[in-house]
Amino acid sequence: MTAFDFGPFLLLSGKDNVLVARANAAEGLAVTLESGPVTLTRPIPMAHKIARHAIAAGDTILKYGMPIGIATAAIAAGEHVHIHNIRSAYTATISLQDADGVSAGVSL
Amino acid sequence: MINAWARADGRKGIRNTVVVAYLVECAHFVASEIVHRFRNTPHEGDVQLIGFPGCYPNEYAAQMMEKLCTHPNVGAVLFVSLGCESFDKVRAANAVDTSGRPVKTLVIQRAGGTRSTVQAGADWITQTIAQIAETPRTQMGVDELIIGTVCGGSDGTSGISGNPAAGKAFDLLVAEGAACIFEETGELIGCEDIMAERAITPELGQILRESVQKAERYYATLGYGSFAAGNAAGGLSTIEEKSLGAYVKSGDSPISGLIKPGDIPPTGGLYLMDVVPDGEVRFGFPNISDNAEIVEMIASGAHMTLFVTGRGSVVGSAISPVIKICANPDTYRALAEDMDVNAGDIIEGKRSIAEVGQEIRDLVIAVAQGAQTKSEDLGHREFILTYKSFEPIGPACLPSAA
Repeated sequence: MTAFDFGPFLLLSGKDNVLVARANAAEGLAVTLESGPVTLTRPIPMAHKIARHAIAAGDTILKYGMPIGIATAAIAAGEHVHIHNIRSAYTATISLQDADGVSAGVSL
Repeated sequence: MINAWARADGRKGIRNTVVVAYLVECAHFVASEIVHRFRNTPHEGDVQLIGFPGCYPNEYAAQMMEKLCTHPNVGAVLFVSLGCESFDKVRAANAVDTSGRPVKTLVIQRAGGTRSTVQAGADWITQTIAQIAETPRTQMGVDELIIGTVCGGSDGTSGISGNPAAGKAFDLLVAEGAACIFEETGELIGCEDIMAERAITPELGQILRESVQKAERYYATLGYGSFAAGNAAGGLSTIEEKSLGAYVKSGDSPISGLIKPGDIPPTGGLYLMDVVPDGEVRFGFPNISDNAEIVEMIASGAHMTLFVTGRGSVVGSAISPVIKICANPDTYRALAEDMDVNAGDIIEGKRSIAEVGQEIRDLVIAVAQGAQTKSEDLGHREFILTYKSFEPIGPACLPSAA
């Protein structure tokens, strides 16, 4: 596990290619990743994920050091990693908008 | 020590409840009216509604009903039948009678309809409450407790705070000799190999692996994983991500066995409950909502259940108390009146996983000694039982019983 400071994001395992928000992170927030600084292009709600570094389409997504899915598109460092750009290796994920239409945290 | 109720079969209960069980949906309203008669009385909360809605017979439901009605937290049972449903009410009543508990069956078609059945039921319960108040008490150790765990309304915090803290509590309880049950093989998809390595025998490891493979096939046929829309809103992207978060609530203890709903753990230790039906896909989803899982662990003897939530569930359960552990600090602030433990402190860096795990373990003992959980105090007594089918477990599932 690296001692790198990702600000409001957690690295759960040194093998991971995603970081997890431990608080709501605002759009425009500057975050320093190992590859350099990035700016969040959308709000990242608590417990959502961003890319630790650039991820190619077809790459396995690792969290807790374990595979949690497969990238369906190229994902830039610092970009939101969720159901719009990764898929399960098992069964498809379904989602709905929340009643307020935004807190689902995804815009497909 | 815990001051428990001593049952005739030697088991020990932490509550002394009268359950009113409807045996078909057609008897549901009458049964619920009987329970409502005890609202705003000193016995509110002690008279609880359970039931089975179907008119067609199902061996799983029959066995579950018998196990639930002879659970050590249950002191007496009132069955409410319409009269023409297929549920075998004589078999169920005989099982309760054999266990030494007071039991009564009311048949609406013969009891004069709604009002007279409600009155007859309320009268029987009033006299029976006085009778079961005389049930002898006995000392009970932590090593005689059976504790279940589920997670529901999970989000991305569940796997970081609430579930690891529940897992730490499980490690403490297993070390003290308690039997702990985790479940939902459909939410262990992706974890089968790391879980199999924790089995106490290689044969059991293979059985654990196969139970998850069975869940994977079952859900693939249904075309839908054990994954709700709110899980995605909460930051979980795939079933395997949800699974890894859910798996950690099992803690780090060796896995002593695999049980199915209604099987009682033979010794202390950690057990996986296989909740996915055997054979071809019948009757729909294995467990249609969180309370179906809680009910199955109660049928396997669970005295209480640890329920970890991130999005925020408010449910309790009939028969056995539910301790709610909130993984998400924002949800805890929003729903504090429903939450027993704030594991969101871990996310905010205020407390460690070990500290919250110890709090959960201590709360388990307090609830066993009679403290009310938040959901009990609020009056939550959710219950659901539907159709399933299982084959019995084989001897390799419980190596420690041999």
